[in-house]
Amino acid sequence: MSEQTVPARAKVVVIGAGIVGNCLVGHLSRLGWTEMVLLDKGPLPNPGGSTGHASNFIFPTDHNKEMAFLTVESQNQYIAHGLNNTCGGIEVAREPQRLEEFKRRMTSATAWGIDARLVTPAEIKEMVPFINDEILLGGYYTPSVSVVDSLATGTRMRDEAVGNGALTVFANTEVLDLETEDVPGGLPKVTAVVTDKGRIEAEHVVIACGVWSPRIAAMAGATIPLTPAVHQMADVGPIDVLVESNKELAYPIIRDMDTFCYERQSAGSMEVGSYAHRPILMRPDDIPSNEASALTPTELPLTYDDFEPQMEQAIELMEMLGDAEIKYAINGLLSLTPDANPVLGECVEVRNLWSAAAVWIKEGPGIAQLVAEWMTYGYPHMCDPHGSDISRFYPHEKTEWHINARCNEHFNKTYGIVHPREQWASQRGIRRSPFYAREEALGAVFFDARGWERPQWYESNAKLMAKYPEACEPRTHEWDGRWWSPITNAEHLQMRASVGMVDLTAFNEFDFEGPGALGFLQYMCVNNVDVAVGRSVYTPLLTAHGGFRGDLTIQRLGADHFRVITGAFDGGRDNHWFRKHMPTDGSVTFTDRSQGICTVGVWGPNAAATMSKIVTDHATAPYDLSQDGFPYGAVREVIIDGVPCTMFRISYVGENGWEIYTRMEHGLKLWDAIWAAGQEFEIIPVGIGVYAVTGRIEKGYRLMGAELESEYDPVEAGLARPKVKSADFLGKEAYLKAREEGPAAIMCTLSMDSQRCADGYDRFPTGGNEPILTLDGQRIVDAKGRVSRVTTAGAGPSVGKYLLMAYLPPEHAVEGTKLQVMYMNELYPVTVERAGSTPLFDPTDARMKS
Amino acid sequence: MSVLVVVEHDRGALAPASLEALTAARSLGGEVHALTLGAAADASAAVLAAHGAAVVHQVHHDLLADYGPEAWGESVAQAVRALQPDAVVACGTDRGNEVLAQAAARLDLPFVANCTEIGAGDTWTITRVRWGGSLLEQCTLTAATKLVTVAHHSVEASESPTAGAVQPLAVDLDPSLARTVVCERVERAAGVTLGTAPLVVGGGRGVGSAEAFAPLEELATELGGVVGCSRAVTNNGWRNHTDQVGQTGTRIAPDLYIACGISGAIQHWVGAMASKKILAINTDREANMVTKADYAVIGDLHKVVPAITAEIRRRRGG
Amino acid sequence: MRVLVCVKRVPAPGAKINITPDGQAVDTAYLAFTTSPHEECAVEAAVQLVETHGGEATVMTLGPADAEEQLRYAASVGVARCVLLPIADRDWDPQRTAAALAGAIRDLEASDGPFDLVLFGNESADAGNFQIGVRVAHALGRPMVNGIKGIELDGATVRAKREADAGVEVYALPVPAVLGVKEGINLPRYPTMKGRLNAKKVAVDSVEASVAAGGQQMITLLQAQEQVTQTVLLGEGVDAAPAVVDLLEELGLLK
Repeated sequence: MSEQTVPARAKVVVIGAGIVGNCLVGHLSRLGWTEMVLLDKGPLPNPGGSTGHASNFIFPTDHNKEMAFLTVESQNQYIAHGLNNTCGGIEVAREPQRLEEFKRRMTSATAWGIDARLVTPAEIKEMVPFINDEILLGGYYTPSVSVVDSLATGTRMRDEAVGNGALTVFANTEVLDLETEDVPGGLPKVTAVVTDKGRIEAEHVVIACGVWSPRIAAMAGATIPLTPAVHQMADVGPIDVLVESNKELAYPIIRDMDTFCYERQSAGSMEVGSYAHRPILMRPDDIPSNEASALTPTELPLTYDDFEPQMEQAIELMEMLGDAEIKYAINGLLSLTPDANPVLGECVEVRNLWSAAAVWIKEGPGIAQLVAEWMTYGYPHMCDPHGSDISRFYPHEKTEWHINARCNEHFNKTYGIVHPREQWASQRGIRRSPFYAREEALGAVFFDARGWERPQWYESNAKLMAKYPEACEPRTHEWDGRWWSPITNAEHLQMRASVGMVDLTAFNEFDFEGPGALGFLQYMCVNNVDVAVGRSVYTPLLTAHGGFRGDLTIQRLGADHFRVITGAFDGGRDNHWFRKHMPTDGSVTFTDRSQGICTVGVWGPNAAATMSKIVTDHATAPYDLSQDGFPYGAVREVIIDGVPCTMFRISYVGENGWEIYTRMEHGLKLWDAIWAAGQEFEIIPVGIGVYAVTGRIEKGYRLMGAELESEYDPVEAGLARPKVKSADFLGKEAYLKAREEGPAAIMCTLSMDSQRCADGYDRFPTGGNEPILTLDGQRIVDAKGRVSRVTTAGAGPSVGKYLLMAYLPPEHAVEGTKLQVMYMNELYPVTVERAGSTPLFDPTDARMKS
Repeated sequence: MSVLVVVEHDRGALAPASLEALTAARSLGGEVHALTLGAAADASAAVLAAHGAAVVHQVHHDLLADYGPEAWGESVAQAVRALQPDAVVACGTDRGNEVLAQAAARLDLPFVANCTEIGAGDTWTITRVRWGGSLLEQCTLTAATKLVTVAHHSVEASESPTAGAVQPLAVDLDPSLARTVVCERVERAAGVTLGTAPLVVGGGRGVGSAEAFAPLEELATELGGVVGCSRAVTNNGWRNHTDQVGQTGTRIAPDLYIACGISGAIQHWVGAMASKKILAINTDREANMVTKADYAVIGDLHKVVPAITAEIRRRRGG
Repeated sequence: MRVLVCVKRVPAPGAKINITPDGQAVDTAYLAFTTSPHEECAVEAAVQLVETHGGEATVMTLGPADAEEQLRYAASVGVARCVLLPIADRDWDPQRTAAALAGAIRDLEASDGPFDLVLFGNESADAGNFQIGVRVAHALGRPMVNGIKGIELDGATVRAKREADAGVEVYALPVPAVLGVKEGINLPRYPTMKGRLNAKKVAVDSVEASVAAGGQQMITLLQAQEQVTQTVLLGEGVDAAPAVVDLLEELGLLK
């Protein structure tokens, strides 16, 4: 049958007929796409990728909003196909800290509206009579846990597209090459897929081939950072009690969380799977071909030495497993990424080449819809794919070295308890600012910011805690105090009292130059970029449907020269967003200056006094740093102790001061000059704990990825200006509509009225999507179906309150309203302090302009 | 060079495989003799001569009245000692391989099973079958007398008439060798067997259950064939292992093999690949069995197979 | 009773078997290893025999050190003792293999008593030499029948059944005897988890064998000629039935 040849042209070629590729062509077809081709090198319906051997169960609870949403959405799609078999699932605890994690899971379940409850060992035993309840401390039961038929779902979606006349399918078809075409003044674009059955000219190509994705991407010079990795699984049976149940799934699935294993019934036998073994990573090129595989390419022989400890633990949990026969046992391959999130969206290196990779069965159909929307609308509508966006990665994060280091580190955390502030142990020290040596000497505790080592707080400031004892109480519960120090609060107060300096080198700086620069940036930004040279604009970037896509500052350095300043976590995404929208007529050039520029922030009532000692113009004359001479938002070229610098009067912490930029090689000199000048004011180094949390939250400043997501618009975020500029811009139509309709939710700052838990001590929410509930304990969902949850939480040392940020529907977004927040499955009273962007601390911003 | 061909027969019924062995032996060059064991085989002398046996050596002994691997192997060993051939050839059937292994053990000589090509000489360079045919091996054979079997179905038997002399050959067999002579038989019910049927209807995992084999049975019966199956079917307990076509089951060589819902894993393929024509019925046009078949019908076997049976009946009835 | 099973470690390949660049071996980089299917059945037969008649089953292999995996697999399904004849280089030829096994069996019997039955597989999955069991039996002076799909122990006699075209042949062999077992004699059990864990604790006796090479020497492995078939599509679904029957007529099968 191999004589059939592929069509010469297609609108889209999707490579990979697993759960993602199949559902993707279905969703694209629903969105009106036609002339599609789906390829797989394996046979159908099981081409031999990870979909074919997946255990196929869905536990919907996830602390991550994006993944939780996509999982529930996917489960709903499986339900719609009638291919979702609900059996319930119980995560069981053997260790006490796991019970704490279950309380956290209850909190996330409440946020996402997932029915769940904590159960005792006896209750577990009642549901699963063959479990050894004596070794269990408790469980977390989710009735909606299900097993889905991923192959049949994929087949349905594929057939739907074929039935619509929108798709032709070619199995046993190997991709040999991806052809690209250089675009002068722009990114190259994909043009064709070369297969062993012919060449297809394609407008879009989607790589949805799981563990093989990096190999296919490389054909076009693109990178999809994932690694094939082993997940061990064995099918044991027959087991009488399961056979007698006469059902595919008569008992809830058990996740033995503390041994990182699961037991799921499969008719008369039990599937035992493990994430406890040593990480076993492979290379895509080392995966055997379909024909050379004994089973399929991703079902490799089980390495028993790795699995034996898990067998013992499984038998300990369910004695009957010991006497059941191991009928099938594999080292199953799945895809791991450096941060354990999927890799979705347009590849940064090549236009119209899309990645839909590193996706689990539980989120497959939802992610397929998300990518289909992305391809159709330019950005997904259903949710913000922030955490999964392929453009989030920096170059060093796309190396095999980094991928392997991080995957080796997080594989055993698949069932682990991961703190929201948890830091990576591997691949540290990859990017260091020129201030690093000074910071280290000052006892900096470094946190990772996409490779940058950033001081979170400084142990050298510990002595200040005596100065601010009430603000520096330690946190009683270890979880609340993990990856945190009360020193942050001391740094905060000292900065507000005098002056502090913050290392902001992790910023990204992008230069846009040329006659088209203004027009281009006007199109990309909501706010008017056409300001005077030496002035700046703080502006959102919107998606076409009016949601947040970016939030950054732009400095006008010349008539045709603009500099974008954006954060470390969004730099990669912003870089790609700008570049893919850039005109290719040569009227604008883009230069990423981030690697050459270091930044230090100097803020506090004594910032001006400190800087005035050392800032001069080029002729060594003292520089006018007064508010009149150097107003807020102004950008100036200056000399600081002989070092050419750019000073930018701005603040993210609510104090007067500047961001000061210079070339990397001048950095140490600049630091030392400021440090010396500040001594008389007892200048201190201030960590990111203040910059990103306490200082920011007191001022109600929004953060991209937390408060600002594509599901929300500037009206809701309180960032809409009184007027809309006349120039057209991306998302304008939707933005105008949003202004007309008014917000369905409003960003609010709330304070905790009491933090006292049932055990009699104070708790400190971490800001991990804790739900805001009404006084009678009801979830709050706005008119657009979005739940009210904590987006940022942190101390407000200067206001003496523990603060939370959350979107609330207008009826609740009223200052003084009493509500509740759930944290670790307990309820705490909260008050709406601010509805909208007015800061809680220094509401008139007097300090910044004094 | 002289070559002695060990003739396989069942109580006088000549195995067609023996003629493959004779044909292969002729290609080695030199004089070809045949060896028949047991009086019942005397009748085949003419056929053997027609296929190139210049001399048929006939061994008569009480212990050779029925098959016995040790008695047969010992007889071959004694024949080799008496006749001093340069080579002994049999066909690589169950019996052929077993008898030559017995003879080789007794003669303390090497024995190369299932050869497809032989380069004769002082030392032979041989190509032989491994992995049931999915791989080949090239090896050398160094021995005063070369013992080989030729892979079954690798040679097509052809005639090459000779005058065909017949000579008796005496052997001295220890009565204890009776211990491995067939002592009892359970005759198969009349009818064709999987190994000899002109048509086989095979079913794989795609059939789905033991009951779902009924339409395959019907079609096979309609055409005077038999039903076979893949290893997946046997492992699921849907059919007996006796029906299994494959490397560890039965190797078939029908005029037509109709493979229904069979993916075509190597295990199965090597058992089916000697079929003269293969028709695959499968929903997946990219299944291995489909791409290797001579003919294919893309569709659900549960619908297609009954439709074929109905069409046959319609034509016959009409 | 005492039963010995001789097994061989072989790769478990997929639809295509790849050969290493030097042509000396199957490329097993991503393949599991298994016991030849006939021998898996022989192990099962041995375990069933001792379950029925009491006694002990022993498994023996001649192969690389890694063949311990196949010995332990046998142990995990109920074999009590494991004996490895380690070889450093590639497969030994059949004469050499058989001589080594026979020698090891003689030594084992000298110290622990004779085996009532020695079981082999009909032939190994990879090499398919069809002679190791026969040679070992001859060396031990014991009766041997290959291709066995039924074993019944009746006092000092073992009744063994073999399938042939004409029907089932029955052999009555005096014990001690050697049998070559064929797949289909039983459905081998899979190891249990406990069996797997227990098998880790079973001792593997290593026995050095020193035997001269025989007269058959492998030069290289070759891929079989791939048949390139142009598949003729007779149609789709039930509409294809007339075309199929036309084909049957053309092939002379519609009598």
